[in-house]
Amino acid sequence: MNWRDTFASGLEAIRAHRLRSVLTMLGIVIGISSVVLTVGLGLGAQDQVRAQIDALGSNLLIVSPGSSTSSSGVRGGFGSASTLTTEDAAALSDPAAAPDVAAVAAVTQAQTTLVAGTTNWTSSLVGTSPSWLPVRNRTLSAGRFLTAVDTDAVVLGPDTASELFGGRSAVGQQVTVSGRPMTVVGVLASTGASSATSSQPASDDDVAVVPMDTARSLAGAPSSSVSAIYVQARSEDVLSAAYQEIDALLANLHGDTDFSIASQESLLETANATNRTLTVLLGGVAAISLLVGGIGVMNIMLVAVTERIREIGLRKALGATPSAIRRQFLVEAGVLGTCGGLLGVALGVAGAFALPGLLGQPVSVSVPAIAAAIGVALAIGIGFGVYPASRAARLTPIDALRSE
Amino acid sequence: MNAIIEMTDVRKTYATGALEVAALRGVSLRIAQGEYVAVAGPSGSGKSTLMHIIGCLDVPTSGEYVLAGGDVTTLPEAHLADIRNRRIGFVFQQFNLLPSLSACRNVELPLAYAGVTPSERRRRAVEALTRVGLADRLAHRPGELSGGQQQRVAVARALVTDPALILADEPTGNLDSAASADVLALFDELHAVGRTIVLITHEVDVARRAQRSVLIRDGRLAA
Repeated sequence: MNWRDTFASGLEAIRAHRLRSVLTMLGIVIGISSVVLTVGLGLGAQDQVRAQIDALGSNLLIVSPGSSTSSSGVRGGFGSASTLTTEDAAALSDPAAAPDVAAVAAVTQAQTTLVAGTTNWTSSLVGTSPSWLPVRNRTLSAGRFLTAVDTDAVVLGPDTASELFGGRSAVGQQVTVSGRPMTVVGVLASTGASSATSSQPASDDDVAVVPMDTARSLAGAPSSSVSAIYVQARSEDVLSAAYQEIDALLANLHGDTDFSIASQESLLETANATNRTLTVLLGGVAAISLLVGGIGVMNIMLVAVTERIREIGLRKALGATPSAIRRQFLVEAGVLGTCGGLLGVALGVAGAFALPGLLGQPVSVSVPAIAAAIGVALAIGIGFGVYPASRAARLTPIDALRSE
Repeated sequence: MNAIIEMTDVRKTYATGALEVAALRGVSLRIAQGEYVAVAGPSGSGKSTLMHIIGCLDVPTSGEYVLAGGDVTTLPEAHLADIRNRRIGFVFQQFNLLPSLSACRNVELPLAYAGVTPSERRRRAVEALTRVGLADRLAHRPGELSGGQQQRVAVARALVTDPALILADEPTGNLDSAASADVLALFDELHAVGRTIVLITHEVDVARRAQRSVLIRDGRLAA
């Protein structure tokens, strides 16, 4: 009995009990499909975060006021302090002091009410310099960005523009920002990602960008403090060098580390750590269902051994050695497992295509994960088939033939 | 004539709990090549036990059994499986065909365990089925055949390995008289071409068809 014969007889036995085989496989099918989906969801979430970070620019550093390790031992709220100023931004722009810094944009952030005609809209007001556009990796969909000589000019986010002006072109229109009439000079292109992180409380697509000085006079408090300084490194490779330069320069200026610097990479890591926890949790559930599936295979194989005891006896009478019988049942269990695995992968991949439409959650199909899932299904089939198969192999031919 | 079966003082004792049951109490039997021997006896006589030992399905507790010139008294199961495969062709009362396989595939089964190539298997199975008059039933499954036809498939399966011995255990027990006559006629033909046949039965009519009859009673052979 060569392997091909054994394999063919395994398939035959499974085909002979179609319903039972399918029910047996069900546990493995569910387990494997949930593994494929879980891994896919985890990877999809990672890809999404990666895409958001890439949209922001991966060589971006964000300097925020306030330290996470204050020298007084009291931990202030992140971003609550007002220790960063426009002078800091100017110092960071000095190529001699910070050679790896490409561009700097200081921002102030506040809430504002925009009025255009009869339409009211509350949005976040960003006061910044012309360098904001390249540093934040943004583009315009219409008009132009702020220049150094603009005063009463505003650039709107795409969502803000459509809220205020509907389908009409916003460029050239008048809009009242916190009671002060201004001209819309440009509209930003959409980032495509609505990232509401701690440093970006509101959507990136719903903003009103005005010159820094205009923002200060609107706030009525002419101080030089800023909410954050965005720093663009020359390239991703010199990101940590730029980080060191900023850290040293500001610490020297302030005499204290009353600021914190975050890179997109660190944000990415935080997000991925959360995703990983979720993936492990869901993966654990999937593993349990695989275990249950494996027990199902063992149960059915034990039933099959009892039920086919005459067949086993006959095969032994015709010359099947104990190892040939063991192999036959192992192959059968392995085929059950693998078929379950293949069906599970098919279901998981189908789910991966259907789920983004239903949940709005991206799912990536990972080929190594699929290959591993099929391998695991095969291993489960064989692993849980060992005991039933050796029971079949141990039967004596007369006991097997005699039983009715 | 060479002896196919040489049994000397074979005993078999079964232990059921604390109780020891002697099924065979010293059987000595010699069957020569080409003989057609019926082993007859009432139920409980030790007939089945003798058949199991002749067929290498079980080993004796004591005594010696030489099959086709080789001592098989104390072989391990894997070796016995090989002996059964090459030396013995079984025909059972219940036919014992695998219901999911065609007649041809059923006949091929012992050849598969012997490691014969698929094309050679096929050729020999067709030959054996033609020999028992079922050349037109190759693709039929057991369920599509009559009892007599099924038993003839089983005989073809017993013949296909060209064994030294055909061992038939109540081959007509589940057949009507016409099918029985059919199968027994087939045994007569096989005997005529020089096959060695041992037929276990409790039916006197069937035993009478054989060249020689051996009667077993209470675990011993009677004259």
